[in-house]
Amino acid sequence: MDYSYTVLILLLPFLSFLVLGVFGKFMSHRTSGLIGTLTLTVVTLLCYYTAYTYFTAPRTAEGTYAVITAFNHQWLPFFIGGLSFDIGCMLDPISVMMLVVVGTVSLAVHVYSFGYMHGERGFQRFYAFLSLFTMSMLGLVVATNIFQMYLFWELVGVSSYLLIGFYYTKPAAIAASKKAFIVTRFADLGFLIGILIYGYYCGTFSFDFEGNADKIAAGAAMLPTALLLMFVGGAGKSAMFPLHIWLPDAMEGPTPVSALIHAATMVVAGVFQVARMYPLWIEYAPNTLHIVAYVGAFTAFYAAVVACAQTDIKRVLAFSTISQIAFMMVALGVCTEYVTGHSHPGSVGYMAAMFHLFTHAMFKACLFLCAGAIITIVHDNEMAAMGGMRKYMPITHITFLICCLSISGIPPFSGFFSKDEILAGCFAFSPVMGWIMTLIAAMTAFYMFRLYYGIFWGTENVKYHAEIQPHECPATMTVPLIFLAAVTCVAGFIPFGHFVSADGMSYDIHLNWSVAGTSIVIALASIGLATYMYKGSTQPVADKLAARFSTLNKWAYHRFYIDEVYQFVTHRIIFAHISKPVAWCDKHIVDGFLNGLASGSHRLSYLIRGFQSGEVQQYAYVFLIGALAIVLLLII
Amino acid sequence: MLHLEYFLILSALMLFIGIYGFLTRRSTLAVLISVELMLNASDINFAVFNRLLYPAGQEGYFFALFSIAISAAETAVAIAIMIAIYRNVRSIQLNHLDTLKW
Amino acid sequence: MNAESVIFYILAFLILAFSVLTVTTKRIIRSAMFLFFTLLGTAGLYFLMGYTFLGSVQMMVYAGGIVVLFVFSILLTSSNGEKLVRLKTGKIFAAAVTCLLGAAIVLFIIITHHFTGAITDAVPSEQLISISTIGHQMLSFDKYGYVLPFEAVSVLLLACIVAGIIIARKR
Repeated sequence: MDYSYTVLILLLPFLSFLVLGVFGKFMSHRTSGLIGTLTLTVVTLLCYYTAYTYFTAPRTAEGTYAVITAFNHQWLPFFIGGLSFDIGCMLDPISVMMLVVVGTVSLAVHVYSFGYMHGERGFQRFYAFLSLFTMSMLGLVVATNIFQMYLFWELVGVSSYLLIGFYYTKPAAIAASKKAFIVTRFADLGFLIGILIYGYYCGTFSFDFEGNADKIAAGAAMLPTALLLMFVGGAGKSAMFPLHIWLPDAMEGPTPVSALIHAATMVVAGVFQVARMYPLWIEYAPNTLHIVAYVGAFTAFYAAVVACAQTDIKRVLAFSTISQIAFMMVALGVCTEYVTGHSHPGSVGYMAAMFHLFTHAMFKACLFLCAGAIITIVHDNEMAAMGGMRKYMPITHITFLICCLSISGIPPFSGFFSKDEILAGCFAFSPVMGWIMTLIAAMTAFYMFRLYYGIFWGTENVKYHAEIQPHECPATMTVPLIFLAAVTCVAGFIPFGHFVSADGMSYDIHLNWSVAGTSIVIALASIGLATYMYKGSTQPVADKLAARFSTLNKWAYHRFYIDEVYQFVTHRIIFAHISKPVAWCDKHIVDGFLNGLASGSHRLSYLIRGFQSGEVQQYAYVFLIGALAIVLLLII
Repeated sequence: MLHLEYFLILSALMLFIGIYGFLTRRSTLAVLISVELMLNASDINFAVFNRLLYPAGQEGYFFALFSIAISAAETAVAIAIMIAIYRNVRSIQLNHLDTLKW
Repeated sequence: MNAESVIFYILAFLILAFSVLTVTTKRIIRSAMFLFFTLLGTAGLYFLMGYTFLGSVQMMVYAGGIVVLFVFSILLTSSNGEKLVRLKTGKIFAAAVTCLLGAAIVLFIIITHHFTGAITDAVPSEQLISISTIGHQMLSFDKYGYVLPFEAVSVLLLACIVAGIIIARKR
């Protein structure tokens, strides 16, 4: 099977970016949007076609899907026969799965943006950046080597920066884009160092771990360090605690961007990276891998607590995203060494993480798009401006409900299946971890339904609604919602284990009913609690609780002051005690030296300017002295 | 007996008197006069070297002769320039003639 | 001490005295006149050496031509009785010291270098260089002929005449 057409998957969005970026301002909004959307439709269809041909192709003798390098171009050879920096396209189960995810969500967002961004200034720019982002994300997932991954990793960072700061006249948006860029960039330093250590000790950047097994074994001693440093980069991109601070602020960007980048695709790049390096983790650093699980578990818990106290609907979704990505990280982290040849519970987490990545991308994108639809109608992010929206926006209401049920883990929606696998993996690792994650899943159900009731039921802001006349959104916005909600309904029944599993073998997902039953019961209980507390037009219980635990509520609302801690550390400690002396050195010593050179030559030129007096006799006098000096020299 | 040194000492003194005048006079004409003194000192040297060291030769003699001719030419042009300057700035004081500095 | 020595000392004294007066006198017209006397003294030196033609050229061209030119231009450019502007004492002092220093160096070189030449009666003065020799040499193409410098000086003088007229003429 020839997969060389996959080069189009990368080239088409890039061309679209160039065309829209360069000629965008000569186009009408409709033309530019159509160019972007049509290009992306083709790309998405190509992705689907690739996935179809890849997964229907016969398996290899070992029972795995073949890893296909569709093309690989040696770009920068560092030295002959040694390390080189390649650009290529590698197809294996997870990258093909990611192609489908990115293509689907990106297409939905492109269509949705037609309605959402209607009439906005910079519409063409928006579509150009969307194309750039799609190209970068696709390049990231099909990377043949870790350096290419890093290149596209930074490109998605840049497009994220550009899109968060899309409303560049808003100071908050600019600050948020800078924050996102700096925090992720800071984390990427770890990634880069990890890559360099890996390249130095193993002598390869390639993801072809089996082909380079000898080289990698030679550098085995340094691999745990290298992988952990790479995980730091992944943690920055995937907003793991304590590098999560940029993601809530990134909600300043347009909502479709939040759906595409900050919910479905870019933020899971860290998960994808850990999954990509998974063979190395499991073989050379199985114990270090558990650090990922602990970081993930803490992040999941922290984000869930914070999400319970937020009032900005996009912030709630952002913390929910952090929490869900942390779930995926936990699923990867709880994997234990696997025995080749048959699947066992120790490696179910890998499959579960990928499955949850897939389902989460769909329903979280849908949730964000719903939130965007509501925000375009209400012109406000605060829950206080909403309430009782179910009457005005039935489609949005139903799709939002489906996705909420899905994220809460209620069957038959997709989130149930993937979350159940994660919990099964956690229980296989240790019961403590399993119960903790079950608790966090329950909190997920609680805050999602708090959000749901806060928007669609609860206290209606009647006065405000009379003023703005809420109504349903146009078809360009509702169709993607319906599409994604439909995917959410059916995605759980995809035999995911057949396509993606830790060792590549076909794996049958079978529900562990003790785990699944517990989680369903707890989720239903949480939903019931949320219903009891938030459904009514007045919420006496919630208010009482908030008053009873006012300190906790305040702390959670302020995200436990992590941002302030960062502020303190950067301003009071780093800026005051490191940057200032360095700046002083730069100003007074480095600049002072150069300024000294300048003022020295200035003074010198003032001095010798006097020699050029224009007086002939002075010149003659100097000449005489010179002549006499030469005579003296000659006679001595 | 008139030794060569006598003439040379005389011309050297004359030269430095000329230099002194060149350095201390403000008037362009006075400076030119000092230049004539210096030229004259060198003429003496030409003639004296010819006469006392190589009495049969003619080079020094002719050099002195040409030197006189050239100094005449130089003086003529210099004085013409000075008259032109005088017409323009109504002065031939050297300290007024520093416009070319800029 | 023979007569030539006496004449030399007298001439030397006159030349030096008038030279000093030339560069120190306050009035520029007097300066020009002292220069005239200096040049005449130099002509005397040439006569003493037996270079009568050179001496007469010195008198005619220098004393007669150049000094007259000076006097004319002084009268043209200076108002009557104008005094020369004095420099600052410091500058005069510096110039004097430098000149004395230079003179000392040059005199030191002259005295420590032992020249052999002296005026003796071995060569009669009328046999030194006759006017006809000068005339022939000036227009000779042979070895030691000076036709090229002679013509060059002729062109130079012509150029000077033209330049002098052009520069000094009224616009």
